[in-house]
Amino acid sequence: MNAQNLASGSAYFIAKETELPVTTVLSVLVDNEPGVLARVIGLFSGRGYNIESLTVSETEHEQHLSRITIVTRGTPHVLDQIRHQLERIVPVHRVVDLSVRADELGHEKPIQRELALVKVAGLGEHRNEALRLADAFHAKVTDATTEHFIFEITGKGSKIDQFIAIMKPLGLVEICRTGVAAMNRGPLGM
Amino acid sequence: MTAEKQDSDSHTSQRREMTGAEMVVQALIDQGVTDIFGYPGGAVLPIYDELFQQDKINHILVRHEQGAGHAAEGYARSTGKVGVMLVTSGPGATNAVTPLQDALMDSIPLVCISGQVPTSLIGSDAFQECDTVGITRPCTKHNWLVKDVNDLARVLHEAFHVAKTGRPGPVLVDVPKDVQFATGMYTPPETAPRTSYNPKIQGDIEAIKQAVALLVSAKRPVIYSGGGVINSGNEASKLLRELVELTNFPITSTLMGLGAYPASGKNWLGMLGMHGTYEANMTMHDCDVMLNIGARFDDRITGRISGFSPNSKKIHVDIDPSSINKAVRVDVPVIGDVANVLEDMVRLLRASSMQPDKKALGEWWSQIDLWRSRKSLSYTRNKDVIMPQYALERLYALTKDRDTYITTEVGQHQMWAAQFYGFEKPNRWMTSGGLGTMGYGLPAALGVQIAHPNSLVIDIAGDASVQMTMQEMSAAVQYEAPIKIFILNNQYMGMVRQWQQLLHGNRLSHSYTEALPDFVKLAEAYGGHGIRCEKPGDLDDAIQEMIDVKKPVLFDCRVANLANCFPMIPSGKAHNEMLLPDEATDEAVANAIDAKGRQLV
Repeated sequence: MNAQNLASGSAYFIAKETELPVTTVLSVLVDNEPGVLARVIGLFSGRGYNIESLTVSETEHEQHLSRITIVTRGTPHVLDQIRHQLERIVPVHRVVDLSVRADELGHEKPIQRELALVKVAGLGEHRNEALRLADAFHAKVTDATTEHFIFEITGKGSKIDQFIAIMKPLGLVEICRTGVAAMNRGPLGM
Repeated sequence: MTAEKQDSDSHTSQRREMTGAEMVVQALIDQGVTDIFGYPGGAVLPIYDELFQQDKINHILVRHEQGAGHAAEGYARSTGKVGVMLVTSGPGATNAVTPLQDALMDSIPLVCISGQVPTSLIGSDAFQECDTVGITRPCTKHNWLVKDVNDLARVLHEAFHVAKTGRPGPVLVDVPKDVQFATGMYTPPETAPRTSYNPKIQGDIEAIKQAVALLVSAKRPVIYSGGGVINSGNEASKLLRELVELTNFPITSTLMGLGAYPASGKNWLGMLGMHGTYEANMTMHDCDVMLNIGARFDDRITGRISGFSPNSKKIHVDIDPSSINKAVRVDVPVIGDVANVLEDMVRLLRASSMQPDKKALGEWWSQIDLWRSRKSLSYTRNKDVIMPQYALERLYALTKDRDTYITTEVGQHQMWAAQFYGFEKPNRWMTSGGLGTMGYGLPAALGVQIAHPNSLVIDIAGDASVQMTMQEMSAAVQYEAPIKIFILNNQYMGMVRQWQQLLHGNRLSHSYTEALPDFVKLAEAYGGHGIRCEKPGDLDDAIQEMIDVKKPVLFDCRVANLANCFPMIPSGKAHNEMLLPDEATDEAVANAIDAKGRQLV
C-alpha cells in the first residue's frame, strides 16, 4: 500500500501500521466544473492513495452537480484521511464512505453495479458455448455477426470478472468496463 | 478611461461595465488591497496598463516572480491581510510555484493573479504558454482559469474569500489576455460564497467541555501551540495568554507559532521539536495531558511517532479536519477556529467548579525546572571568533526594544534564530517552516518592510540561502525599503554539513561554498550598505551601524565555520533521546543515527 509506505518512509514515521487494509466505496458530490476530476485524482496520486475503480457523471443537471464513485483500499485510518482530504477540495460538496454508511444502516454492503461490454469472436462450438453462457449470466447480445458477439453484462464486479474469465478461452477480443456505480439500500439519500 | 473617472467610480463600486483588466484592479481595491508584488510580461500588459492609470494600488516591482511570492507572504504574515502577487504567463507562473507551495504548507493567505495566453491559443503551445492551473493545482488551496469576462469579478472575490477563510492558503486566478481586454459586467464583492465551501469556525461545545474536563484533571499538562494561533489573529494570542495565566500550565510552541505566547513569559519552555529545548521536549514526552492548539504534529515536532509522548491524553484544536489523526491519534479532537475555541475554553474553565491540581502542578514545575537547569542552549563562547549563537544573542539584545520584525532563510541560522531571538508578539516572525524554502527571507523582509515602512525589519540569513534570492536587494533599493540582511556567514550550507556529519561519515559532499561573493561590495553594487564583522568585540558597534543606516544593508557576519546546531533529536529518535550540545562530541555525532534513521529525511 502506497499510503502506508508514505506514512513510514517520509520523515520520521516508523510506527508500524497495525490495522488491516479494507476496500471501500466513496461517493463524492462535486460541482461539475472544469478540473474538478483532476483535483480528485491528483489528490489520490499526490498522497499515494489507491484508486481501484472510478466513475463520474453529472447527476443533477440544474445544480451542475456530478457524482464521483471511487473504490479504494486502505486501513480505516487512511480511509478517514482520504475522506477528510477530499472534503478540503473547494468544489467538493459531500463525501460519503458508503461502506461505513451501510454499516451504520445495518446493511452488509452498499449496492455496487458495473456494466461491461465484452466482445467475443469465434466459430462453431465456441460460438454456441459463448451464447449459452451469456444467457446463464443474463448478458444481452448488443451486436452480432456470424463471427462475433458483443455482450452487455451488468452486475457486481465479481460477476463480471467471472464472466470475462469464462469468455477467455471462447475467443475474447475486447473488454470495456464502466467502473462501479454504488448506492446504499433503503429510503435515505446519501 | 481617465484616471479621474476611475477614481470617482471606484468609491461606489457598483455593478457596471468595464474591461477584464479594469476588473482586476477594481476587485483588488474592493478587497481592501493597497500593495501588490509583481513582474510584468506579455500576458499581463493590459492589467499593468490599468495599474499605471490609478493611484490606489501600490505595485512593487520585484526582480524574480519567486521574490514577489515570498514578499507577499511576508506582507501577509506580518499584517494578517491577504498577500497579492501578479505574474505573467509561462515562466512567470512557473516561477510562482515555490512561493505558492510555501504558502500552502504554512497556511499563508495569498492571491496570485497570473496572465495567460488568449483563450483562442490555449493548448496550442503558444509563446510563454503553460498549463498554469494544472501546474499549480496541487500547490494552491484552489485555482481558477477564467474564460469569460463576466465570471472574472465573481471569481476574484471568491479567490480572496477562499484564501483568507478557514485554514488560510494560496489561490491562483489565471486570466487569459483576451479576457483582460474584453468588456463585461463587474460585480462588487458578494456576501454569499459558493455552497460547497463552508469551513467550520465554531468548535463543538461538547468536545470543548470534554477538553476542559481533561485539562483540569491533568497532573502533568503541557500546551503546545502552533501557527494556527497566529493565523487566527491577535484575539487568539490574547486568549492563549489568558489560558496560560488561568491554568499556570507550561507552554511550548512550534517554529510557526513563536510569538503567540511571549518568550519572556514565565511559563514559556522555548520551541519544541528537532532543535527545540530540552525542557520543551522532555515536558512533551512525560506529560499526561497535551493541549495542541493550531499545530499539526509535523514530523519535525514529533520525532519518532511510536515514542512521541507515549503516556498522554491528547487534545487537538485545528480548523482543518484533515489535520486530526493524520500523524498522531488524539483523544479529544476539536474542529474550529483557534480564537473561537479558546474563547469557549477559557469561559468554561473560569466557570468550572474543578480547578487544576495545584500540588501536582507544583511538582510538575519542579521537574521542569530541573530540565531547564540542563541549559540545553548553552554553547562555548570564544573571544576570537564570533559564535553564531552569540551573534544572535547580541542582535536580540540590541533590537528587542525596537519595533522589530524578523524573517529568516532556511538552515542552521533559522534554528538558532528560533532558539535565541525572543518573540513577544505574534506576526513578528516570518519563516519558511513547512516547505523549508532557502531564499525565503530576503524577499519576505521586503514584503514586511513595505507593510511596515517605519519598523526595523531584519532577515537573519545564511550565506548559502541568501544568494538564492539576492536579486531582490535591487527591489529593496528601488523602493527605499531599508531591510537589514544579517548573514551568519560560515561558508558552508551548515545544516547540510551537519547532516553529512551525522549520517554520511563526515564526507562533506558539495556543502562548502568555494567562492563566495564579497557581500560588502555586493551591497554597494546594489546601492545598499555593506558591513563586515569578524571579531566578537566589534559586533555590537557593527549591529548598531546596521540599525542606524537608512538603507538596505548586507551584514557579513563571519562566524565560527564548524559550529553545529544543538540540541537535536536525531532522525528516528524520540523526544527523550536528544543530543545535547555538551554531549555532542564528534563520536557521538557520528553514531547518533542508526541505519534505519539514516533513510529518513
